[in-house]
Amino acid sequence: MERIHDHDPAMPASWNRATKPHRFCPGCGHGIFLKALGEVIDELGIAERTVFGCDIGCSLLAWDFLNVDSVQTHHGRTVPVVVGAKRANPELIVIAYMGDGGGYAIGAQHLVNSAMRNEKITVLLANNTVYAMTGGQMAPTTLPGQTTGTTPYGRDPDATGQPTLGPEMVAAITSNSAYVARGSVSNYPRLKQYVRQALENQLAGRGFSFVEALSGCPTNWHTNAKQTWSYLDDEMTKYFTLGEFKTPGQAEGGEDK
Amino acid sequence: MTNVIEAEQRSFMTGNEVVAWAALAAGAEFMYGYPITPQNEIMHYWTRLAPKFKRGFLQTEDELSAGFATLGGVMAGRKSFCATAGPGNVLMQEPISMAEMMRIPAVWFIQQRGGPSTATVIYSQQETRLTCLGGNGEGNRLVYSTASHQEVFDYAIKAFNNAWNYRFPTFVLGDGYQAKMREAVTLYDPAQRGIELHGTSRMLGRSSKQLDGQQVRHYRNTFNIEEELYETLMQHIADWDHMAEEVVEWAWEGDEEPDLLLVAHGVVSRAVYAAYEHLKSAGYNVAYFRPITLRPFPVAALQRAAGRCRQLLVAESAYGQLLSLVRDSLYGKTCAPIEGLLRPGLGITEELVVEWAQRLLARVG
Repeated sequence: MERIHDHDPAMPASWNRATKPHRFCPGCGHGIFLKALGEVIDELGIAERTVFGCDIGCSLLAWDFLNVDSVQTHHGRTVPVVVGAKRANPELIVIAYMGDGGGYAIGAQHLVNSAMRNEKITVLLANNTVYAMTGGQMAPTTLPGQTTGTTPYGRDPDATGQPTLGPEMVAAITSNSAYVARGSVSNYPRLKQYVRQALENQLAGRGFSFVEALSGCPTNWHTNAKQTWSYLDDEMTKYFTLGEFKTPGQAEGGEDK
Repeated sequence: MTNVIEAEQRSFMTGNEVVAWAALAAGAEFMYGYPITPQNEIMHYWTRLAPKFKRGFLQTEDELSAGFATLGGVMAGRKSFCATAGPGNVLMQEPISMAEMMRIPAVWFIQQRGGPSTATVIYSQQETRLTCLGGNGEGNRLVYSTASHQEVFDYAIKAFNNAWNYRFPTFVLGDGYQAKMREAVTLYDPAQRGIELHGTSRMLGRSSKQLDGQQVRHYRNTFNIEEELYETLMQHIADWDHMAEEVVEWAWEGDEEPDLLLVAHGVVSRAVYAAYEHLKSAGYNVAYFRPITLRPFPVAALQRAAGRCRQLLVAESAYGQLLSLVRDSLYGKTCAPIEGLLRPGLGITEELVVEWAQRLLARVG
């Protein structure tokens, strides 16, 4: 007799099958970012020594997403938690997973200072231009003119500044042993390659590694599938350059290779 | 682990230096810190001593980071601690509330300073309420209030042991005066006093050998359903109540039916005890009570001490923080008036307590 599990879709071994289908909205980019992470954890064979930390906001929905030891922390505080764990037990592979609000606003001081100290951790940040969990308010990455819960007439850069350029900032302040890249969930092979390089940098004990992924949020963007991909590929990339910004031992760049 | 203290030694040092030695003796492996007066010398001494004993230190970018990194260190299986004061203690309430929710046995040394805001840096008991009941929870913490350098050493060892035994965030509450003052202390190896140090275990990142046959662990502090949070919290409260019975400590001396019961905690209790001895030798019918654990508060013991007293005097270097704990404990148990000698951020001397006590004693004369 056929069992329903015979028809389970293929998924990384480091995914927690018991919590699938996952809790993210249809069309959300988190599932794709976490698929890249799951496949890389499998390929590198590091599930047993990996600690996955996730933030507040939609990223907290990943608290039991992976079949690896995980801790869900407070808003912006995932970086110091995994820094503490890595310093205490350097053989661990630690990942801090967060959104743009957690990394660039409430936790910006932790991102900046852990990068400055060249902490041997990996930070993965999903940039969807909004605070999604709380209902779509303006984020540090909201595009000029973009309508959000707190910019109902569109983001005015004179009053609220320009979108935060995270990888550019991290690349500027890290040493040459850091790895810094920006990918997009719309180019999965490239994003996965960046995640792999980031974790390999930590495995090699070289230093800080940081990957931002452009990610869609149709729920808060109020977009259909076509509009979502168009916003991701055509609008966001006007402000957010894709590519590697720093690879260990090389000068910083920014061009898609 | 290298033996920190080979033989008992009598030393003359500051309270902050005692904290560093006590943490070493208690088996602490990692300190995460951020500078704030008056606790800085804890970091100074720890960073001098730690490499000799293969212990770690990280100076972070702020107190939020120091507190959360301490939680990461503990979750990775290391006895980790943190020290702070005043506005730093305010910021630390965020990681402390996560420690309460996730039952993370982190240890904090708080050297109180004047408040609110930046204020002063030496004499104060104004972080009593914050340390006991701060955060957005129910105060599931263990707080020891020390009065001497010997107690700082003794209770630091006890704090690490009870943190890892009961798994609640645990505090040694001192103040700037204790931190900066030098006095005699006996340093010792806990093992030589028959004190067994509690072991550690990893919450996160077990080795593959340990992983075999075990579930991966997912820690969270977010809940979707009210009943789920309620059940989790009520289990924590039941565990805390159980701990309270085993760890609650106090000191009580004097007449069982005193004309005046003197109450104080921490460094102020030294002046109050001296005043008690003075009044006693002058023939007054007085008693002395000091909570050593502020959380859990020794409610039943205070009720016994105060049950047949004619009046109470609560002395503190704050404006009613201990007084409110005393009133809560005695509600409905005594008709005796409760007076407060309340000097927020100021020192309290034996002479001042005697003067206040004699005025109150004349009233019941």
